[in-house]
Amino acid sequence: MRFNPWKLDYIGLKKYSYGISLALVLVSVLSVAIFGFNYGIDFSSGTSVDVALSRPVDKAAVERFLDDGRSEWGEYVLTPGNERLSIRFKEVLNAEQQTSFRAAFQSGLDADASFEMNVVGVDIAREQQEKAMWGVLFASIGILIYVAIRFEWRFGLAAIIALLHDAIIVMGAFSLFRLEVNMPFIVAVLTVIGYSINDTVVIFDRIRENLRFAKIKTHADLANVVNASVRQTLTRSINTVVAVLIGAVLLFALASPSIRLFSLAIIIGLVAGTYSSIFVASPLWFELRKRMKAKKPAKAAATAS
Amino acid sequence: MKRLLAFVLVVIASFAVIAVTTPGILQGTKLGLDLKGGFEILYEAEPLQEGGTVTRDLLKQAALSMEKRANRTGVAEPEVTTEGNNRIRVKIAGVVDEEKVRSIIGRPAELQFRSADGCKPEEGYCKVELYGSDFVEGQAKVEFDNLSRPVVTIQVKNKERFAEITGRLIGKPLAIFLDDELISAPIVEGRFTDGTAMITGQETIEEARNLAEIINLGALPLKLTEKYAQSVGPTLGQLSLQQTLLAGSIASVLILIFMIVFYRLPGVVAAFCLIVFTWLLLAIFYLMGVTLTLPGIAAFILGIGMAVDSNIISAERIKDEIRLGKSVASAVKQGSRHSFRTIVDAHLTTVIAAAVLYVIGEGGPVRSFAVVLIASIAVNMLTNVALPRFLLPMLVRSGRFSKVAHFGVKESEVGAL
Repeated sequence: MRFNPWKLDYIGLKKYSYGISLALVLVSVLSVAIFGFNYGIDFSSGTSVDVALSRPVDKAAVERFLDDGRSEWGEYVLTPGNERLSIRFKEVLNAEQQTSFRAAFQSGLDADASFEMNVVGVDIAREQQEKAMWGVLFASIGILIYVAIRFEWRFGLAAIIALLHDAIIVMGAFSLFRLEVNMPFIVAVLTVIGYSINDTVVIFDRIRENLRFAKIKTHADLANVVNASVRQTLTRSINTVVAVLIGAVLLFALASPSIRLFSLAIIIGLVAGTYSSIFVASPLWFELRKRMKAKKPAKAAATAS
Repeated sequence: MKRLLAFVLVVIASFAVIAVTTPGILQGTKLGLDLKGGFEILYEAEPLQEGGTVTRDLLKQAALSMEKRANRTGVAEPEVTTEGNNRIRVKIAGVVDEEKVRSIIGRPAELQFRSADGCKPEEGYCKVELYGSDFVEGQAKVEFDNLSRPVVTIQVKNKERFAEITGRLIGKPLAIFLDDELISAPIVEGRFTDGTAMITGQETIEEARNLAEIINLGALPLKLTEKYAQSVGPTLGQLSLQQTLLAGSIASVLILIFMIVFYRLPGVVAAFCLIVFTWLLLAIFYLMGVTLTLPGIAAFILGIGMAVDSNIISAERIKDEIRLGKSVASAVKQGSRHSFRTIVDAHLTTVIAAAVLYVIGEGGPVRSFAVVLIASIAVNMLTNVALPRFLLPMLVRSGRFSKVAHFGVKESEVGAL
């Protein structure tokens, strides 16, 4: 078959798309379970320092400097760079230690360096993580209720599975590639969830609309409606994701390190979100709906108006 | 023709308003400390004395006095808020001397007069005779003693009590502690009946002034520990802002070009509406005094994404209707109507998610994200849902844009669906 997205049988592809999604989700979950996250200090407590250098500083010199200061600032992890370098201290540095670090760095390595320092205590870190998780949970419930009222519960359930799918893949990618998980990352996951919902609802809305005029007698009829709806909204799905990707990719390419990982999370999430709306959420709704007794198509028409 | 003119006038007038107001808005928009430099500290409060409790009143009182202290250091607009039952969040943007401000704000500044009365020798000064609250507020002054050395004088609220204490301690030391640090321990030379106490031991006038200042600012009613601190150097913050703005501007231009090339007439309207959207959102932040932070910018990007999406959904819908063979005018009407419900549903679903995040993310970055997202969805309904539905029909009715090519549809596609 020649590849033409406007002729594809999206429902027929479900054995592949489910396979791909299940594999991705499984790898993600396993990665998170086995390797965990490379927590930034927002979630693990400690001190992170981001230094903007005014001139290149030799990596060895920085290491020597940090080794010398080990008695005062403790263990560290250094990520070197030409214009910026970032240092993570395991310890929570107090105000005096922060001052002494800044002063020592400026007198020893680069007088015009500029710093960003983050210090987070353990309980705050844990609390933020909990908050984020509760946020996703309650948001999902809220969305389910809304979509159940406006559409029907099957749409809501399928949309939430797609949403969790996207969130899990983004988290999995970060776990697998050891990218730092911090507060901006959580915000990125929230952004992805927002996008994923928006993207899915638009396709579902078209399915709902097409259902009103469709005479559905067989499962094939139902599949046709879903396929037609996906195809009709396909240009929109692609164009929207391209437009948002333009922003995310430029941020990734140009913005500072703290936003770079954030943009990366969004890029992964956007692609996953678009994919899942078409290949996961829509076939899932089809499966759920298929199980409904075929003699009650009137119900969908009623809720759709 | 008249309608085309009206459209052009609307566009020109809007651009004029945007051009005139934007510099002021950009100047006046409050930037978060991650974009401007500054610091943020989250304190957790504990009672000063063991067994005490942290009440809401005490917490508010502490926050107020911290704000006063911050103001005294001359920083612009310190933000001090209480959070939950026992937390205080301090945000100060654009600080020059961070260490100084930080040490002044969080310092308990609890003044105590202690004696060794009834103490075992190894316990030192174990009996607290007077607490910070026993002194008259704002009355610490720098004076000079006989040898013209600087001293700090303070007033005791209860003169009889001070007379009793000094009477009891004649010939013995009465130690003065600030934050558990011994400042001086003069020997009481007689009964003090006028309620004035003197703190000696300051080597310079500067030192004496600092001490008087600290005492006058008043003690914090609670003990505070730093739980979270973020500090961003001003250069670094500015760098982040410039890079983000650059990325944002290039992205905006590309998105506008994309819309115009792909959707032609609706694309032009969409491009105009997107510009108005960005301007109006920034104007609202400016008027509401919202502080723009990096999470806020993230939500802004999502908001722009949804705004673009609204336009794309409508434009695609109009294309569909044209392809079905409808006239341009009725395709615009039908397409706008059909896409409206879709957009509203997608937006409301996102609002629900954002509202949950708002409730949960008190004080932190999650809340700034939620605020900006909700605001951008609201503005979006106005500028990218309502506005194009006003402008596009206006253009179509002008009669100059009746070709399907104006909507990015090829003649050959009409009737193909």
